[in-house]
Amino acid sequence: MSLKPGSIAIVGAAESELGQVAPGTTPTDLMAQGVVRALADCGLTLPEVDGLFASTTQQRFATMALAEYLGITPRYQDNTQIGGSSFMSHIAHAMMAINAGLCEVAVIAYGSTQRSVSRAAASPREYHPYETPYQPFLPASAYAMAAARHMHVYGTTREQLAEVAVAARQWALMNPKAWEKKPLTIGEVISARMVSNPLTVRDCCLVTDGGGALVLVSAARAKRMKKPVYVLGVGETLSHASISSMPELTVTGAARSGPQAFTMAGLTPADVDVAMVYDAFTINTILFLEDLGFCAKGEGGAFVSGGAIAPGGRLAVNTNGGGLSYCHPGMYGLLLLIEAVRQVRGECGARQVPNCEIALAHGNGGVLSSQATVLLGPAPD
Amino acid sequence: MQDGIDSSAAQELKTASPLSTFEAHCREGRLAYQITRDGHAVFPPRVCAPGTGTPLDWRISAGLGTVYSTTVVHPREGAPYNVALVDLDEGFRMMSRVDGVAPEAVAIGLRVKVRMADIDHALRPVFTPAEAA
Repeated sequence: MSLKPGSIAIVGAAESELGQVAPGTTPTDLMAQGVVRALADCGLTLPEVDGLFASTTQQRFATMALAEYLGITPRYQDNTQIGGSSFMSHIAHAMMAINAGLCEVAVIAYGSTQRSVSRAAASPREYHPYETPYQPFLPASAYAMAAARHMHVYGTTREQLAEVAVAARQWALMNPKAWEKKPLTIGEVISARMVSNPLTVRDCCLVTDGGGALVLVSAARAKRMKKPVYVLGVGETLSHASISSMPELTVTGAARSGPQAFTMAGLTPADVDVAMVYDAFTINTILFLEDLGFCAKGEGGAFVSGGAIAPGGRLAVNTNGGGLSYCHPGMYGLLLLIEAVRQVRGECGARQVPNCEIALAHGNGGVLSSQATVLLGPAPD
Repeated sequence: MQDGIDSSAAQELKTASPLSTFEAHCREGRLAYQITRDGHAVFPPRVCAPGTGTPLDWRISAGLGTVYSTTVVHPREGAPYNVALVDLDEGFRMMSRVDGVAPEAVAIGLRVKVRMADIDHALRPVFTPAEAA
């Protein structure tokens, strides 16, 4: 049995509180806030939720904690934890569960208080006997080594990496919810405090609190609801866990998850109106645009140059301002999906992409380890 | 066995683990790695071959390799330091660091050789630039 494009739809989408939350707020508080807001967004009620999907670094048993908190006993649950792409994976799994009749109303939730409690407390790193003794500053050093390799092999420049951060900032300035409020220049990115060569602090995502939720139902049920956004394609893959075991640092699993999703949807990158790709670091955007097929391998640096992914550029990328300038609460993938839904619905105000039909949301987890791609759009004919 | 995995393939774990074996070699100044039955190098050490689940044998590396990628970590306190991924000539990759040269002077493609260094009270492999031929 294969997954049927458009067989489920996202009908509710909402962020929780973002940025810096009140003292004592827990990840589950934020998940619950997101769930209530997402249900309100689509007019469904909590007792109708019978499929629960959740994951966070701060709560190992996220679905147990959230079900208890919400006072529900879901028929189906999935605590899949593959880092920031977990929620794209949850979409694929929700499609299977809804198609198989295992649940009818699926909710996907995330919450993190990593700014409030510190990154070290929110995401303690596991000891790796063959890496930890050398003190890589993870995850930044892993992405830095991917960037160094990309620069060495393809001639990608420091300025091209900075273009990604500058474009994200320009989009963020059009998003009232974005954390960053001031303009940013290429020079400021390059001269910022070095974190792990060649990446400066402005090449690295924000450290914020935040979360949110999505509500999904079958296409048959979605037809009777307002502004359903259909799941047209999904793809997910794992390539490694530790950066020292990544087969080739310039090629990510997006080169598999992307084609899986496009093939399922019967679409190509040329059909995509907005690309939401997981920009934990500036090199990510370049790697994913290449691996997802928006440009050839090695041409990502040139592709993003000259404001090409900034507002008014050739491709709308990370229109919420991205993990670099909008919000990055540890596992950011759910927020990519929320923006993709809103772009297809036409709810994005100043940053709305005109005539946006097809949105891509691409998640990344670990150190380029897990990759998962979701294509969203109107009901298939 | 022609088909399937021999259940005795996985290394027993009562007296030695992959890590304890690796560390015992390090204490004797040897960089150990594993090879599959068809000769592919495997690292980090494990109880069975990736992809097949078949047995692995230990080998000692000649200790010569090439920097695959590199970075300089800039901690908020303390001096910047190198972290590198090194491709050993036998065909495996490991994380380490390159000593004996400024951290930012470590370049992709640099030929390096292993030596054991005391890190956190254990001997572990680090690298230095290999002598020019």
